[in-house]
Order: sequence, then structure tokens, then C-alpha cells
Amino acid sequence: MYSQRLAPYLFIAPFVITLLAFWMLPLARTFQMSTQEVLFGEATFIGVDNYQRLWNDRIFWKALFNSTRYMVLTIAILIPIPLVLAAVLNSKIGSPRVKAVFKSSMFVPALTSIVVAGIIFRLMFTESDSGLINQVLGFFGAGPVRWLREDTGGLVALLMLALWRYAGINMLYFLAGMQAIPTEYYEAASIDGASRVQQFFHITIPNLKPTLVYVTAISIYGGLAMFLESFMLYGGNNSPNNQGLTVVGYLYRRGIEENDLGFAAAVGVVLLVLIMAINLTFLALTGTFKKEAAR
Amino acid sequence: MSADQRVHAKYALPRGLHAAVQTGFLVVVTLIVLVPVAAIFVGTFQDGNVVIRKGLSLDIDLGSLSLDNYVMLFTDSGMYFRWFANSIVLTVVQVAGTLLVSSFVAYGFAMYDFKGKNAMFIAVLLLMTVPFEIMMLPLFVMVNDVGLADSYSVIVLPFLAASVTIFYFRQYFLGIPKDLLEAGRMDGATEFGIFFKLVVPITKPAFAAMAILNAMVIWNNFLWPLLVLRSSEKFTLPIGLNTLLTPYASNYELLIVGSFVSLLPVLVLFLLFQRYFVAGMTAGALKG
Repeated sequence: MYSQRLAPYLFIAPFVITLLAFWMLPLARTFQMSTQEVLFGEATFIGVDNYQRLWNDRIFWKALFNSTRYMVLTIAILIPIPLVLAAVLNSKIGSPRVKAVFKSSMFVPALTSIVVAGIIFRLMFTESDSGLINQVLGFFGAGPVRWLREDTGGLVALLMLALWRYAGINMLYFLAGMQAIPTEYYEAASIDGASRVQQFFHITIPNLKPTLVYVTAISIYGGLAMFLESFMLYGGNNSPNNQGLTVVGYLYRRGIEENDLGFAAAVGVVLLVLIMAINLTFLALTGTFKKEAAR
Repeated sequence: MSADQRVHAKYALPRGLHAAVQTGFLVVVTLIVLVPVAAIFVGTFQDGNVVIRKGLSLDIDLGSLSLDNYVMLFTDSGMYFRWFANSIVLTVVQVAGTLLVSSFVAYGFAMYDFKGKNAMFIAVLLLMTVPFEIMMLPLFVMVNDVGLADSYSVIVLPFLAASVTIFYFRQYFLGIPKDLLEAGRMDGATEFGIFFKLVVPITKPAFAAMAILNAMVIWNNFLWPLLVLRSSEKFTLPIGLNTLLTPYASNYELLIVGSFVSLLPVLVLFLLFQRYFVAGMTAGALKG
């Protein structure tokens, strides 16, 4: 029975099944579990106790602070730097061959799995003065720094890892967006006497808005839900004073390592609400929904 | 005088010097970006326990370099290549399944009008902003309840209808003229026949791009396999490498050389299919 009326439902059936079995059902369980104490498979309803414990839990606030700080700082570096690199690549000046080699090299970090990238950065940011980063500092007469042993040092290492791993991808996003801007815009502007810098801010940036919105949205999501980068850098879920602990890391610690599923579910609910609220606000402010509806 | 030259006339730097500065800048950034890979490459020739203690660097002490780590990697009876093979098989199977199922679903959204379509499509959009980590624990409990722990099917099944991939395919399919479908129907093709015989062949670039994007995500998949997989002969490469990093491990030689060798197949594929990699990894934002 291949009728046109029935066919669409068969086409989307796999999504409907996935939605129900792997998203709605676990999501409902998350909300339910967050109101329960789960011990050895026995669940007892305890109302909002988990949320109260969460509110008074200093480690949770620390994890939330770490995740938020990481999100804000990665947006602060992973948008301007790739933007400048993309603008350099997009300029008509310079050797195409050098640019091609550069573009390929910027891809190498993205091809490196986060696990391997984390292992490499952990071993470059060692506290010993023979680690690569401390050697470079030593060359300039500074250091050695005890990188992962202290909060700022660990944060710098984490941000360098993120910059290394994601700058190339963001650069390619921006470059693709820039190449879609008609060259007539720039020609008209330069006839009017606009400098390159003026052109960048008055033509490139406004025309890149969809790309900028997209990259910011995935950075919000990726920043708040970050786990693996920190987990690999610190060689596990434990770090001095929990300086590397993220919200997902705490969810993993409470749920799996300490087997407190109810509490972990509450952490998950808070994370969900937070990401949805920030992302939906951001997309509404940038008018993305209006555009999607007007299609 | 072209517009570009006229802009240049406003600059103090002559064109040639500007190009030289730019080239110098790009070369320096390229070298910095490649340093971490160079550092682990150098590390593969050193004693793993020393590397763990002193860290990676670009120091090359010719006297202490050896191929021991490589010899050990290829002769050791350990699990490394087992994990490697697991990762490859899992990635290939999951990518193929995701492309098939997600393109199928996207086609339904792109080509038909039906009751409930808008609500379902909003669900696709919403799922793109819900982190899987939130579902992870209850899904893990459910998986254990039905006795499916430690199986690959649990890793693959939740992600076959992947929202980002559905969204991308839908955008792509929307560009196909409806006349083509009508022509197919006139010729007596079934709805599924039209999809597989008419639509799939003309949308190969979309499949190539999504294959790359999904392969990168799946090859890196960590937290969910870490929860689900119990027996070490089923581990994937990231999970296996992680077990070598724990403070109780004594296989640091394998950790360094194994990490480096795991990069090679991806780099080779990239060199062969660079065009598709660029298209795949920037697929998300092209049609904003």
C-alpha cells in the first residue's frame, strides 16, 4: 500500500519512534526521577528535596560557575579570532597556495578526537619545567607555571585546548558565509571610499549575521554542556578544588560514580531548563524564529 | 584600476609587502597549530613513563629515541587494534544507518503535506537544542532494565533519526522540483521507488557531506559508550585510550603511540576527500 496519503507517515515513522522511545520517555523519567530518592532500584517520592539539596550544594554552584565561565570565554575567543582568520583568507591578496595549506592545517585539530587532543594538552601543560608550554615560558624568562594545579592555569589550558580544537571549524563557517556575500557590495563601498576596516564592519559583519547567530547558538549549547575536554585534560572527573568540574561532569559524578540518580536527574533538569531558556531567548532576540516561520 | 587596487591605493603598505606580511602571518599560525601534533609525534619515540612525568616537548635527544613503542603497539597482545576495529565498524555502520533513516525522514518532511507535520518539525528543531546528556541516565537505567547493557545496538539506535541530519537533508530536498516526483509517479514508480531511484542519486553531495559530519561525531563519541560498554573487548578507541590514562595504568607507552596512530586514518581520509570534509563540517550554517 504505497498511497501518497499514507507514505508521509511511513517516511517520518522512524523519527516519531525515536522521539517517543529515546527522548520523550527518558525525559519523562528524568523529571520523575528528580522527585525521587533512588536507592538500589527502589524509588521513593521525596518531592522537591533534590532541588533543595541542589540549591544548597556549593559544588553544584561551582560546576555551574565553571560551565558558564567556559561558555562565555569560549564565545569571547572563538568568534573574533576565527572571524579575523577568515577575513584574511577571504582577501584577494596573498598566495592561494599558502592559503590552501593554511586552511588544511586549521582542519587538523578538528580531525583530532577530543580524547587525543585532551591527552596531548594535558602533557603539554605539565607543571614540570620540561613540558612544552613551560619551556616556551622559560625561553621568555617566565614560569614554570603549575598549570593544572591551579584555577587560572587550568582555565588557560582548557581555553587553549578549545581554541586549538574549534578555531578552524568556526573559521570555515565564517569563510563560507563571507564567500556568499556578493563582491558588488565591496566594489560599491570602495568606490564610495570606504576603507577595508570600514567594509569589514559595515558589509561583512551584517551579512554574516545568520552564520554568527548559528555559531553563537552552538557555542552556548556546547559551552554549557561541555564535559569531555575537561575530563581528558584533568585525566578524569576529579580536579583540585573541582576547578575543572562542569555541570555534565557533576551529573556524571552524582549519577554514576555516587549512584544518586534522583539528585543527578535534578542536575539534568536544571541544565535542560538553562540551555533551553538561554538558547530560545537568544534565537528570539535575533529574530531567527520569525524567519523560520516565514519560510 | 580595479576596485580592489583602488582600496589598496589608500593603504600605506604596497601590495607586495602586504602580501608578504600576510604570508608570514599565515605561516606562523600554521606552525603553531601543528605544534601539538608534532609534540605527540616526537613523544612516540620516547619512553612513555618519562613523557608522563615530564610532559611532551619538541626536544629531540637523538640518543634516547627508539621505535620500541611502535614495536610494542604492533606486537603487543593488548586490545588496541581490537578497539580500533570496533571504532571503525561502529562508525561505518552507524553512519550508514543514520544517513538512510535520517534522509528517509527528511524526505517525508520536505515532499509531503500531512496532518501534524508542523508539530513534528518543531520537535525536530527542539531536539537540536536538547543535550543528550540529560537523557543519558534515565535511558541508561531503562537499557539496564531491558537487559541491553554492553551492546552496540544501544549506542546506535537512539541516533539513527538524528535531528541535525534530518534538518540538513530537508533543506536539500526542498530544492528538488516537485515535477520530478510527478514524472516518476506517471511512470508508475512507488513513493519509495521515487525516493531511492530518483531522489537519492541526484542528492549525492548531501549524502557525502552528512557522511563526513556524522562520522566525525560518531568517531569521537565518548560519554554514552562509556556508560553502556562494560567489557573491554567491546570498547571503542576513545574509551580504550581513556582507560590507558588512568593513574593506575601502566601502559603509558601505548597511550602516547596509540593516540598518535589513531590520528592517521582520519588524516589520510581528509587528504583524499578534503572537499567533502569542508562541505560536511560547515553544513550546519550554510542555509541560515
